[in-house]
Amino acid sequence: MSLVMPKPDGSIVARRGALAEALRSIVPGEGVIDQADELKVYETDGLTAYRQLPLLVVLPETTQQVSQILTYCKREGVKVVPRGAGTSLSGGALPLADGIVLGLGKFNRVLEIDYDNRCVVVQPGVTNLGITNAVQAEGFYYAPDPSSQIACTIGGNVAENSGGVHCLKYGLTTNNILGLEVVLMDGTVLRIGGKAMDAPGYDLLGVMTGSEGLLGVVTEVTVRILPKPSTAKALLLGFPASEQAGDCVGAIIAAGIVPGGMEMMDRPAIHAAEAFVKAGYPLDVEALLIVELDGPEAEVEHLVGEVGDIAEEKGASYSRISADESERQSFWAGRKAAFPAVGRISPDYYCMDGTIPRKALPLVLERMREMSAKHRLEVANVFHAGDGNLHPLILYDANREGELERAEAFGADILTLCVEVGGVLTGEHGVGVEKRDLMGQMFNATDLAVQQKVKCAFDPDGLLNPGKVFPELHRCAELGRMHVHRGQLRFPDLPRF
Amino acid sequence: MQPAQPQDESELSALLEEASKEERPLEVIGRASKRDYGRPLQVEGSVQLEAFSGVRFYEPEELVLSVGAATPMAEIETLLDTQKQLLAFEPMDLAPLLSGAMAERRTDSIGGVVACNLAGPRRPKAGAARDHVLGVEGVSGEGARFKTGGRVVKNVTGYDLCKLLSGSFGTLAAMTWITLKVLPRAEKTRTLLFFGLEASTATALFTRAMGSAYEVSAAAHLPEPLAAVSRVDPIREAGGSVTAVRLEGPTPSVMARQAGLRRLLGDLAALGGELHAQRSLQFWREIRDCHPFVGRSDCAIWRLSLPPAKAVEALAALAPAPADAFLDWGGGLLWLARPQQLPEIPGGEALLAALGIHATLVKADAAVRAAQPFFLPRLPATTLLAERIKQSFDPKRVLNPGRLYSGL
Repeated sequence: MSLVMPKPDGSIVARRGALAEALRSIVPGEGVIDQADELKVYETDGLTAYRQLPLLVVLPETTQQVSQILTYCKREGVKVVPRGAGTSLSGGALPLADGIVLGLGKFNRVLEIDYDNRCVVVQPGVTNLGITNAVQAEGFYYAPDPSSQIACTIGGNVAENSGGVHCLKYGLTTNNILGLEVVLMDGTVLRIGGKAMDAPGYDLLGVMTGSEGLLGVVTEVTVRILPKPSTAKALLLGFPASEQAGDCVGAIIAAGIVPGGMEMMDRPAIHAAEAFVKAGYPLDVEALLIVELDGPEAEVEHLVGEVGDIAEEKGASYSRISADESERQSFWAGRKAAFPAVGRISPDYYCMDGTIPRKALPLVLERMREMSAKHRLEVANVFHAGDGNLHPLILYDANREGELERAEAFGADILTLCVEVGGVLTGEHGVGVEKRDLMGQMFNATDLAVQQKVKCAFDPDGLLNPGKVFPELHRCAELGRMHVHRGQLRFPDLPRF
Repeated sequence: MQPAQPQDESELSALLEEASKEERPLEVIGRASKRDYGRPLQVEGSVQLEAFSGVRFYEPEELVLSVGAATPMAEIETLLDTQKQLLAFEPMDLAPLLSGAMAERRTDSIGGVVACNLAGPRRPKAGAARDHVLGVEGVSGEGARFKTGGRVVKNVTGYDLCKLLSGSFGTLAAMTWITLKVLPRAEKTRTLLFFGLEASTATALFTRAMGSAYEVSAAAHLPEPLAAVSRVDPIREAGGSVTAVRLEGPTPSVMARQAGLRRLLGDLAALGGELHAQRSLQFWREIRDCHPFVGRSDCAIWRLSLPPAKAVEALAALAPAPADAFLDWGGGLLWLARPQQLPEIPGGEALLAALGIHATLVKADAAVRAAQPFFLPRLPATTLLAERIKQSFDPKRVLNPGRLYSGL
């Protein structure tokens, strides 16, 4: 693999036995894993191209244990990689050879359901869907719905600021949480926010969310829940050209409509999905849109008509409105199965996650076709069209010499293009290790130094999840001394790890 | 001393770098409408950001607007209105409350709105400024020019410093450019009024309405003496308390939801009236900008963010006289007036902590603001972290020192 991680500290690795013993005194019984075959379970996350056995795995059950573990690790200079369900697609939970994995799987309880204040207090190991399951009998749900919601945990969602298909209307994780309990690397237990909408002082909730496990370990989350919309209907719209589908998306938004979900698939993705789940997708179109409208029945009926008219005007060659709930579900079934569907036609695929301004879509798709030829790899595209989040799936075969490297190069080209057209490297999967070395495409040295100084405020020794997000490690003291001149930083010639 | 007026980012960067070297604290000023919000500053000079004003781009179909931080809110609202769009968080204008006088036109800047993380009655549904900032460019206290975020809604590239800067009151960086998410304006607005309800009935009504699928976009409760000072006729003439619930959306949707809500709330309260179009707009602007307390020069004004269902308990403990408090955000926001001589919150920090309330001292004489914490209850662990964050951006404490916390 082409990924370079910080060089392991041999003195820590040499003390493995003593560290295990000390950690067992904090988490007794089976809470500390040190056997190679058991450690293997934790060697990778959702980004399986990269693997590393951790030094040890620790599975605490209480906030107090987390605090004691972090206090101990800070004192001993041991690195810590927090982990939820391990579904990260950016390698956010990739272990370190000289670091422990702090698994939060045992924090799996719903602590309080408060319908009057429309919030739920949960432990971080509760799954995303588990929250909705806990409140749906009363007609409520938790809005962010990443595709992995059956497995991914709310703690991981906070770390990655996860989205889903309903972001444009309902926001991301950061817009849907009210409070956190966080343990800092020095063992401090911090309560941020609560059940009120505004918290005083700096927005710690905001900066913790999406910080990829680099600032603190989340041990409790208070989320907002919403009343479930009374109706949802979806339109399935096919277009002879992807430009027309893009135009249609822009026109819907220009008409003042904010759909609950608006998804686009290109021809390869449509064909793969249809072959897999038989959703009834038209196969003679270049682009397919699923537009979901939710809310009160009268509103949905009204907007379905408006969206249908816009689609016709923009040249839709296929249009179908879901007649009932099961048909709506079947429209989505193809989209939601797009990844495994692509997995059936290719031994491996590499899922990218850039965001672009919607209007740049035709250009980006065209350039991607050129790149596909250049790198000699096929690509299928699914696109959260409402919010501009693009998921190109690059098809490759890891068993063929050089294909993984070509897939990585193709992916890097795509993300560079996303930034070039005014977008960003990652919309919802996080930087992790995957996009770490591309950060310089989007941020200059000063931008990154400002972010790393925030890290210093939380974790001055850089022990929490090092090697993720930032392409270079700097000691906090070095950042403090960096000379600023007319806004330009001069970096000392620090070696890349 | 004349304020420094940097004309571009490099001048601003040079200015702050020098101020840092000389450890010379500065007040950061956009349009100067909120200089009395926060603890009084002890500074030798100020930096005026007026040069960072104007629209960089506005793309209605992309729902995105990028502007200079000192761009007047009035200009932004007028621009968005031409495309039937708005800032969905309904940013409050604090100037009337702070100055004690109504104005024809708002005088604040978008930078000030973001720096104070303001919001309006749509807060429960649409969030606050923090939820709508997509990207920021600025200069840190030590003069580093940086950017964070971008121009797209979905972005998890690096730490979300947009959130950290929103609500930082200019203590971390001087913002120069801000990119925001904008949204379509609702086609129709209708406000349902219920008259003469006790606060307990009003909050029960809120709980039921906000927990329903009728998508309530605002809910407020004014006690009789505060309703009586409204400029909106049906509110002023109600002769009792006024409980208001707002619906927004496409016309057929609003009509259907209005009927549904009346049925849902029927056993709690009978509909007393409705506000349409302009009058609805006017009423919610009064709530948004805290008009019931404008001109109460004898009072210190606190803004309390609380779990909505605790509103009755909070009112009973904090505001025995009805003229001293009203509710917005479906009970999640309580505006409290206290005598200037006795600005403390009854029950103090212990009560606030027990009810899960965060209080901010919005308006008071300078002496009171200097003596009182800006935020209550005090939270030592988060304040310690705030101090370290301040150190990261502004180690010499050049930008608005002391505005949020004494000595910071």
